[in-house]
Amino acid sequence: MTRISLTVDGRKVVDDVEPRMLLVQYLREKLGKTGTVVGCDTSNCGACTVHLDGTSVKSCNVLAVQAEGSEVTTIEGLAQDGQLHPVQEAFRECHGLQCGYCTPGMIMQSVDLLKENPSPTEEEIRLGLEGNLCRCTGYHNIVKAVQYAAEHGGSTGVSAATPADVEASEPQETGAHV
Amino acid sequence: MTATQERPTAEIGKDRRRKEDQRLITGRTRWTDNLTLPGMLHLAMVRSPFAHAEITSIDVSAAKDAPNVVDVLTGADFGEELGVCINAWPITPDQVTPVHSPMPADRVAFAGEIVAVVIARSQAEARDAAELVDVEYDELPAALDLRAAVEDGAPLAHPDLGTNKSALWVFDSKEAGTGGDVEEAIAKARTDGVVIEREFRQQRLIPAFMEPRSVVVDPTGEQLTMWSATQIPHILRFALAATTGVPESKIRVIAPDVGGGFGGKLQAAPEEWITWAVGRRLGKPVKYTETRSESLMSAHHGRDQWQKLTLSADKDGTVTGFKVDLLADLGAYVAIVGGGVPVLGAFMFNAIYKFPTYRFSCQTVLTNKTWTDAYRGAGRPEATFAIERMMDELAAELGRDPLEVREQNWIKHEEFPFTTVAGLEYDSGNYEAATAKAREMFGYDELRAEQKRRRESGDRVQLGIGVSTFTEMCGLAPSRVLGSLDYGAGGWEHASVRMLATGKVEVITGASAHGQGHETAFSQIVADRLGVAFEDVEVLHGDTQVAAKGLDTYGSRSLVVGGEALVRAADKVVEKAKPVAAHMLEASVDDIEFSSGRFSVRGTDQGVAIGEIATAVFTAHDLPDGMEPSLDSDATYDPVNFNYPHGTHLCAMEVDTETGGVKMRKYACVDDIGTVINPLIVSGQVHGGLVQGIAQALWEEAVYDDSGTLVSGSFVDYLLPTAADTISFDVDHTSTPATTNSLGTKGVGEAGTIASTPAVVNAVVDAVRHLGVADVQMPCTPERVWKAINGAAGAGAAPTEGAAMPHFDDGVPNQAPGATGEGDTL
Repeated sequence: MTRISLTVDGRKVVDDVEPRMLLVQYLREKLGKTGTVVGCDTSNCGACTVHLDGTSVKSCNVLAVQAEGSEVTTIEGLAQDGQLHPVQEAFRECHGLQCGYCTPGMIMQSVDLLKENPSPTEEEIRLGLEGNLCRCTGYHNIVKAVQYAAEHGGSTGVSAATPADVEASEPQETGAHV
Repeated sequence: MTATQERPTAEIGKDRRRKEDQRLITGRTRWTDNLTLPGMLHLAMVRSPFAHAEITSIDVSAAKDAPNVVDVLTGADFGEELGVCINAWPITPDQVTPVHSPMPADRVAFAGEIVAVVIARSQAEARDAAELVDVEYDELPAALDLRAAVEDGAPLAHPDLGTNKSALWVFDSKEAGTGGDVEEAIAKARTDGVVIEREFRQQRLIPAFMEPRSVVVDPTGEQLTMWSATQIPHILRFALAATTGVPESKIRVIAPDVGGGFGGKLQAAPEEWITWAVGRRLGKPVKYTETRSESLMSAHHGRDQWQKLTLSADKDGTVTGFKVDLLADLGAYVAIVGGGVPVLGAFMFNAIYKFPTYRFSCQTVLTNKTWTDAYRGAGRPEATFAIERMMDELAAELGRDPLEVREQNWIKHEEFPFTTVAGLEYDSGNYEAATAKAREMFGYDELRAEQKRRRESGDRVQLGIGVSTFTEMCGLAPSRVLGSLDYGAGGWEHASVRMLATGKVEVITGASAHGQGHETAFSQIVADRLGVAFEDVEVLHGDTQVAAKGLDTYGSRSLVVGGEALVRAADKVVEKAKPVAAHMLEASVDDIEFSSGRFSVRGTDQGVAIGEIATAVFTAHDLPDGMEPSLDSDATYDPVNFNYPHGTHLCAMEVDTETGGVKMRKYACVDDIGTVINPLIVSGQVHGGLVQGIAQALWEEAVYDDSGTLVSGSFVDYLLPTAADTISFDVDHTSTPATTNSLGTKGVGEAGTIASTPAVVNAVVDAVRHLGVADVQMPCTPERVWKAINGAAGAGAAPTEGAAMPHFDDGVPNQAPGATGEGDTL
């Protein structure tokens, strides 16, 4: 066991972990951050994408011990003070998700993409999301969502939301009850 | 009394943002693998590396001694409580069906079949210990090639059955009385007409939903609860009861958030049955979550057919007959739908056309590969591919425009309702309108002109235009028809509408969404029907204790069958409310009218809102004499007919004649799906469907090596398209409402996938037809296209090599000898 301490979604955490434990396993199994998901075992699908010190990584491809002293942001820590990140808003606005399984990774990767390139072309968006697989949307509306986000503060994280967007962002109850 | 505010606009047709999305974009999700219960144990499966072998011994002692391992169990440790995996659709009375134990004790029939299960305190410990289970096998000859498997003397997938042939299913229009004799038509065309004969390969595909399958069983309550990443919680509950001896009333199945299915989670899977049995045996909550490699290897595959086709026509292009001979690979077992998948296609090979004669025969075949079953479209993509490729071939033979030849043969809009040569009654459609619109959006004439210019100038990059004018039968399904086809269940759907005391409305549906957006679309329907706010409707589904009755989601059925049940339940609520309204307004029931959520007395301005009635019924202080204090209503709807969306899809492909590389230039489609409930959701369904169909045409294939190992068993080797591989699409609609449901809706879930594959392949072939190419086998890889252009052996039909692409180069340091080019999945 190795002791690690890091910051996850703004909270300091300290744990003893097996050296072989992957960051995604640490997030899900130790911290209960199940918003980040596992979609493959070859680091192809990108569903587990999080930010490590501000840069997107596939958390199945990073050992938990490698995150020692780092700052990790997951999909669960992206919204600030109850305000959705503009990229989250954009995915809903443009119907950039269906089953939602790839969505945490897609959103985290899109945020990083826009940080590096605030006004990407369609081709740059498509290349920038190449490491994230989606089986539902055919990518059409994901690309639209990133374009929409680019026009609405997606690169800065500060929402340029209109009043209508804010209204639409109120949490709604869900129908699939466990 | 006053009504609450009028609702300004209709919900149906509005591009409402989805109710589902808030939790999905913030990570507040309930995937099955997210569940952790107190004392939960984790399962890992030990799987056969051999396609066909006898199990001679299994030594579990080392695994049992591993840290935190609770138990290791094999097939021999279980009795009948393990149950069996069921086939719900024996397509003929004499179908040969192997017994499918979830964990056989004696013999494995495909690589990936489970032979033992390890139960440990953590997932990592279970997987570690699974490596320590020592299984001895005696390898048996394996049936691996679909065409070879039906030859005399072929190795048998199941030696005890004596044959690989499972069932032969035949439809003949002359015998059925729906048309003439196809052999006569073909014979006549051979002398004074046109006969097109082709053999097409529907390669094996993998549904590859993004959420790996996961199942949790909690046996600690009075009821046994299973959570599963499934499309079919209700069917699972029935099948568990029917095969494992637990009374149905003691079983609760929950499909929480489910991350895609595409048919791949329409199954009664060994993993579910084993987890169920282990949970019962140990009396503890247990969880099994598959790895992606396990998913690709052992969750059911799709397609896998050889199609032998003969089309006859008069010299003027009028088709006189179509004959279809299929071989369909079932894999090692007959899955829950199994041979029913190609049979669903049997009614669709004649598509939108007025063929006078038709014959379909399908031989289903057992092999030692992963079992096959429904994959988006299920039978109908295969049929659409066959006929739409053949119509292009006919046009090429006649030297005519492929759209013109289609129009000559299709059902004109004034001819609906139309009874087809396959015996189905198409209720509505307008192929002319959809085609005209698609042609214009696509810029058909301009692209044809460009194609001509490139041909004439001998451009290295040639342009091809592909057409697909598809229809499909969806909305599964009229129960009587299913009965006549020997399917084991009905095709109805159930809905309940509960009027809550606060004016909110709870809607319960037996459909079970896994990404489609039911919560949003169904809210829109109920909001309109009852005149309540969209936000006031809550849609509940996917839990057999909440939605007690249902037949789940597949076959583009949720809206056209489940939605109609919803409409009928809502209408019953209105009828129940009318006497209360009359009582409150001191009027006669006969004078009560209902509109936009308000009951009013005809010819007056007196009225009462439905929410007020709900409150009055809840208190029940002053109801009409003898009235039951409830507005809640149920409806179970059995469709009277299938549902027939259609559309015209046009695709332009650029083909580099020097490299064989293909690139999509443009894709435009106009689908007629009747009334659209939510255009945003519809466009999403079309986009996603298109890419799955395009992926079959260009990229995806489940490839086995000659020992029966799946070499495309990871996302490194199974080529799922990425954002960088695809383009944006031009999607639009025409609307000819269906006449067989109240809302006029048609299914859309599978349309894109069914339509797009032939459009793409037709475009690839069209680009290089002038170079002597008449077909390129799917997936149309650069290698195949290049070979086809250069007349190499097989002309674009060479099978994909049975080895994974080498991941490393020979001679580079730091790799084990022989590590090059081997499958890496087991």
